[in-house]
Amino acid sequence: MNTVDLLFYLFATLAVGGGILMVISRHPVSAALFMIISLVSVAALFVLLEAFFLAILQVLVYAGAVMVLFLFIIMLLDVGPDGGKVSRIKLITGFAGCVSVSILIILLLQLFGTSIGDNSSWPAIENSQYVNGDSLLFATSVKNFGYGLFTKYMLPLQVAGFLLLAAMVGVIVLSKKSLPTEGR
Amino acid sequence: METITPQHFLILAFLLFSIGFLGVIIRRNLLLVLMSLELMLNGVNVALVSFSRTSLNLDGSLFVFFIMTVAATEVAVGLALLVALYKRRKSVFSEDTALLKN
Repeated sequence: MNTVDLLFYLFATLAVGGGILMVISRHPVSAALFMIISLVSVAALFVLLEAFFLAILQVLVYAGAVMVLFLFIIMLLDVGPDGGKVSRIKLITGFAGCVSVSILIILLLQLFGTSIGDNSSWPAIENSQYVNGDSLLFATSVKNFGYGLFTKYMLPLQVAGFLLLAAMVGVIVLSKKSLPTEGR
Repeated sequence: METITPQHFLILAFLLFSIGFLGVIIRRNLLLVLMSLELMLNGVNVALVSFSRTSLNLDGSLFVFFIMTVAATEVAVGLALLVALYKRRKSVFSEDTALLKN
């Protein structure tokens, strides 16, 4: 077992364990902190997958901005511990557990069903060079990332920017104190 | 990347997705529901980057970029809605938002 394997198992355990602890934690603040552990571990896994730019983005955007926003809202609303309350109706909880586990089992069966024998050959991936004629080659540098964003994905990039603008306006409207003349 | 195959990353992605789904369904605190949604999106991101790395195709990584954008937007709007809800009902629990059936 070499170093990469060890790092993979370490960060995979941290990611899954952080996720589980987040779901079952009693206090929202501790849930947010477990979530940060999970997100940073996923960033480390991105490094193992040689997606360095995405790892940086994961730490900056998710572990930085999004979770700070979560913690800010938790402390603004002063949400106390809820005792890890789950849905009051036991039927719904049991049903959710069954559906979640069955999704996992179906996905795993699908995965192992398609790759009996050779571990690293998938039909979809072998044919990918025929499917995508002008696909962008995977690269670790930010330059290739930016090239892809500004050529092939120019329109989605603009739409994403517009989405951010719309979300900003929407959030301002939602959190604005309504004026007394407006009424409800 | 000798012994760690893409299967390992995919199993991890499925686990993250399932845990996130469980959290979305069973938790009553809406803040926790939003966090579980983020976990589900992270599972999808792991799968996409793993496929992208395996097939030497940058498109998957670029999709992860857009997923991150949409997730950040979704969290911002969701938390603003949550604050607006808290102002009216003084609660962040999902069962307190049931207007039609009490």
